[in-house]
Amino acid sequence: MQHRRQTISLLAKAAAITAILAAGLAGGLAGGLPAAAAETGPVRVGEINSYTGLPAFTIPYRQGWQLAVEEVNAKGGVLGGRKLEVISRDDAGKPDDAVRVAQELVTNEKVDLLAGTYFSHIGLAVADFAARNKVPFVAAEPLTDAITWAQGNRYTFRLRPSTYMQAAMLVEEAAKLPAKRWATVAPNYEYGQSAVAWFKQLLKEKRPDVEFVAEQWPAQGKLEAGPTVQALAAATPEAIFNVTFGADLAKLVREGETRGLFRNRKVVSLLTGEPDYLEPMKDEAPEGWIVTGYPWEQIDTPVHKAFVAAYAARFKDQPKQGSLVGYTTMKAIAAAIDKAGSTDREKVVDALSGLTLDSPVGPVTFRASDHQSTMGAFVGTTTVKDGRGTMKDWRYADGTAYLPSDEAARKLRPAE
Amino acid sequence: MSELVVRDLHRSFGGVQAVGGVSFTLRSGDLLALIGPNGAGKSTCFNLLNGQLRPDSGSVRLDGTELVGLPPRRIWALGVGRTFQITATFASMTVVENVQMVLLSRARRLFGLWRPAAAQFREPALTLLGQVGMAAQADRPCGVLAYGDLKRVELAMALASEPAVLLMDEPTAGMAPAERLTLMALTAGLVRERNLAVLFTEHDMDVVFGHATRVLVLDRGRLIAEGSPDEIRADPRVQSVYLGGEA
Amino acid sequence: MSFLLVQALSGLATAATLFLVSSGLTIVFGVTRIVNFAHGSFYMVGAYAGWSLIERFGGTAAGFWGSVAAAAIAVGCLGAAMEIGLLRRLYRSPELFQLLGTFGVVLVVQDLAAWGWGSEDLLGRRAPGLKGSIDILGQSFPLYDLVLIGLGPLVLALLWALFNRTRWGTLVRAATQDREMASALGVDPARLFTGVLFLGGALAGLGGALQVPREAVTLQMDMAIVVEAFVVVVVGGMGSLTGAFLASLLIGQLQAFGILVFPQITLVLVFLFMAVVLVLRPHGLLGRAEEAPPTAPAAVTVPLAAGRNAGWWALALLAAMAALPLAVGDYALILLTETVILALFAASLHLLIGLGGLVSFGHAAWFGLGAYGAALLVRHLGAPMPLALAGAPLLAGAGALVAGWFCVRRSGLYFAMLTLAFAQIAWSVAFQWYAVTGGDNGILGVWPSPWAAGKAAYYWLTLALCGGALWLLRRAAFAPFGYALRAGRDSGLRAESVGIDVRRFQWMAFVLAGAAAGLAGGLYAFAKGSVFPTLLAVPLSVDALVMVLMGGIQTVAGPLAGAAAFHLLESEVMSLTDWWRLALGLVIVALVLLFPRGIVGFVAGLRGRA
Repeated sequence: MQHRRQTISLLAKAAAITAILAAGLAGGLAGGLPAAAAETGPVRVGEINSYTGLPAFTIPYRQGWQLAVEEVNAKGGVLGGRKLEVISRDDAGKPDDAVRVAQELVTNEKVDLLAGTYFSHIGLAVADFAARNKVPFVAAEPLTDAITWAQGNRYTFRLRPSTYMQAAMLVEEAAKLPAKRWATVAPNYEYGQSAVAWFKQLLKEKRPDVEFVAEQWPAQGKLEAGPTVQALAAATPEAIFNVTFGADLAKLVREGETRGLFRNRKVVSLLTGEPDYLEPMKDEAPEGWIVTGYPWEQIDTPVHKAFVAAYAARFKDQPKQGSLVGYTTMKAIAAAIDKAGSTDREKVVDALSGLTLDSPVGPVTFRASDHQSTMGAFVGTTTVKDGRGTMKDWRYADGTAYLPSDEAARKLRPAE
Repeated sequence: MSELVVRDLHRSFGGVQAVGGVSFTLRSGDLLALIGPNGAGKSTCFNLLNGQLRPDSGSVRLDGTELVGLPPRRIWALGVGRTFQITATFASMTVVENVQMVLLSRARRLFGLWRPAAAQFREPALTLLGQVGMAAQADRPCGVLAYGDLKRVELAMALASEPAVLLMDEPTAGMAPAERLTLMALTAGLVRERNLAVLFTEHDMDVVFGHATRVLVLDRGRLIAEGSPDEIRADPRVQSVYLGGEA
Repeated sequence: MSFLLVQALSGLATAATLFLVSSGLTIVFGVTRIVNFAHGSFYMVGAYAGWSLIERFGGTAAGFWGSVAAAAIAVGCLGAAMEIGLLRRLYRSPELFQLLGTFGVVLVVQDLAAWGWGSEDLLGRRAPGLKGSIDILGQSFPLYDLVLIGLGPLVLALLWALFNRTRWGTLVRAATQDREMASALGVDPARLFTGVLFLGGALAGLGGALQVPREAVTLQMDMAIVVEAFVVVVVGGMGSLTGAFLASLLIGQLQAFGILVFPQITLVLVFLFMAVVLVLRPHGLLGRAEEAPPTAPAAVTVPLAAGRNAGWWALALLAAMAALPLAVGDYALILLTETVILALFAASLHLLIGLGGLVSFGHAAWFGLGAYGAALLVRHLGAPMPLALAGAPLLAGAGALVAGWFCVRRSGLYFAMLTLAFAQIAWSVAFQWYAVTGGDNGILGVWPSPWAAGKAAYYWLTLALCGGALWLLRRAAFAPFGYALRAGRDSGLRAESVGIDVRRFQWMAFVLAGAAAGLAGGLYAFAKGSVFPTLLAVPLSVDALVMVLMGGIQTVAGPLAGAAAFHLLESEVMSLTDWWRLALGLVIVALVLLFPRGIVGFVAGLRGRA
């Protein structure tokens, strides 16, 4: 009896495991059903981003590319009549999940190319996957320099201006300030570290007389505002370079204002002018910080106005930085496929290389040398107007001017 | 022949003396009962002997080897077995596996990663279980046994290590009177057969006077009397502090 | 001098928030013995509810403080509801299941909060009348922080009075010391526990609502605070209110001054502190010895069934799985590869939990260490894949050898938190040591040797190595080693008294489990082509726990089924909906309520009854 029971329970275990495996495989197989894209079917783009991990930034981004897809398809699609179709996936904020999802998109969904990602490490993971599987990948938002330089590869292109470019834009302004004693505050990971490193290096090149008197490295999302502000103030810097963003930035601004950290001090701050970060702070947005950003409501070129109007009409919402990036990413993909004249992956890669398109903020070129786009950013000063934060005295800093020469950039990339 | 010599054990807890100057000698063939009212220090005394507690001063020697300061498992390895007042067996294992564990431990085979444990020392374990009348239940999980049966398993586990000295903390607690006498008769038989030295605590005076070869009486941490069951029964001090107190 | 004083005050303000949140956690633990992961969610909901109320009514001082109080009460009700709806049904389940249940609640609340309040960070109003700062020896200090500093001791005093001066408090204290006794006193424990969860929830909610004037309310608040609150509770001693207060003060000061001395240390400081405290003091600063380790799976009395035919079934399953590449596509193979790897990972944790009764909160450390070991060998030494794969379990095993020596000297939750501390330290090394590990950007290009580069080839390799390792683990489980481990779990006292050096076996098991997890990690690295610090991070440790518990801890096959179910569920649901956390959370809660013995236990039970 005893013995039979054990056998039965083992049978049950084996059955349970098999059932689970079978169910999972069925799922995996079912996903594989959309048969290989025929020459006449839609062109399929696999899109991956941290929709549940960072919804505040990725949802506007998604709306941006949705708008672009709709516009492209309304004008007859790509390759003379084929629709552009996007299969979008969440990566849960984890690089290993992103790689799995990329694989699913490529093998099951038979996508012709990949796009998306927000976090730098996820962008890098997908870029590496793209290179290995020889699939074109347009990294939309990740900022890390590595994705086009140290870890660059033939199949990966990046749209948004990199950490280096944005730091270089701000250094140009910072060098004009009289301040000699600088402090830095940046989140404690690669983005913060490389932003500070570039800022220091580039500023010292222009102004050998500056010194950096303090640095703070709060853990991302866990800034201890009071102690950090106090520690910065104690070093009595004349100016501060800030790289924190999101909830950390809001804390820093609030605490800094209360404790008088920003009184008589210039602050130069990365990305803070982007509506994604500026708007949640409402009337408490900092006044007079020199920032990179996106003053969408003040850009009055016809093409940009049309973009804002279309976006507002479609989503009853105002565009954020992410919207612009998402929109331009998908427009670039459509342009590349048309330029390639086919969905052949190698041809698409060749087409992306050196591709120029008109974005809502001006012409953008994916440089053939390092696959970095020349999309720029707006550099200006923050201010509060009608109870909300915005930018003033801004100018568009075209990325071309802030990138190393093709020659120098090629040297930064691994040999192919 | 083994001899456990206890000299002048002291132990206090936060200034309260639990055991104060206990000395006695336990020899092979002894079935020594340690009695005393609740709180007399019996359990503390036991825990000092088996290494679970460390005495403030005093010595416990087994055939000349000092046991004070050794961890329980070393004391066990030197030949001092024990059973617990509240039964402690390995509940997730079967009865026979409990005994096998002790045999494996004694043979220093516990670090084996390959051969299944259930196949090792099964026969000797069954033999031991036969001696305590538990062979029929050998393959039941220990977690479902009746209390009295658990006590028997404990006894088998204690015997499995072939101890020279056996410490039994209330071996019959929680059992029905008839069961108690059976178990103690069994124990007494095994002591004679194997020439063990046994020290046990007990509440049931029938058990004590029926089976002990000698009796120690503990009161407030001190030994107040020692002798044969008849002498103890007749000792007026014992009657006043213990038997009298309870009557 | 004045600077140091103000820095200390800033530390006190941090400490006040920490204390509010961790006091609730420690009270709930003390009485119900439940490790409430959802406590951080209470804090977050408190902040969101507080934000909504303050936006509406917070224009006046009365409105502001009324809103804070209302938010706290609302969250208290949420806590009571969780007790009635979920925890009450779990008091008889193994304590690990309660933990899993509360984790399900965390996932559900995350998505519900996103649905209710949107995903954008919300910056609330400041407290009326307390917007400015005052001058302390020439330094500005926010008025609001001063109020917070006062609030900490005030709440401690009120709680003290509640527990020492009211009948309810006395009963709660009685229940803290002895659950059985409380019910013997004629107290309905269910009502008492509901009250305690209300109190715990309200304290967390209060802590959350009080943050509105200080920082933006975000969806990341829950996990950020709950880990820190656990640290405070453990450092202070589980269940000790004054301990939590003391620990909050210490950690607040540590953070305030730590960043002055070494700004880069922010990531690990509290975990280093916890590790040091636990190594020196087994039960935290003011904790008492636990009468029973909270994690001992008391319900596990069913012997592990060896079964004569188990080997045949396993072989049949292996053969079936080995044949799968002939039938399925590339993506299915990748899913299978990952599932097999995770099965080994889960089984290695099961060795600790199921056999040793040792619940590790940081098991991902060894998985990640294995992955990094392999990746580093490839990147810095150009090692070929086989060598790198051999290095993975060695590095992980070596790490586990060191950490295990400390960890097995503690039991129950203290053990769990010490493993968490080591995992956090390992994580931050991987995260920050940019020159060697590539920091958060990880190590790329860890691809298999050409002969194993095909999806099917790599799957077979994985199957062979994981199958072999699983077989070894299973042999060990049924060998004397596994029995000795169980003996130590069943009754440490008895085990010691029959010559079993329990700690040594636990230490060995820790190393063995670490090495097995390391092998899984190494295989994972090559399957993904890259490694990142997320492979050592808390979420992966939690995933491993979920897998083991989902499968059921009583059986050797459990973790395998659990890993398969969890991974396939997650990957399928994730591609179907953005609300996968909600779905996963609900599945976990349902599982805990309906199948408390896990999948395999449930199926076996069905068959046994039939």
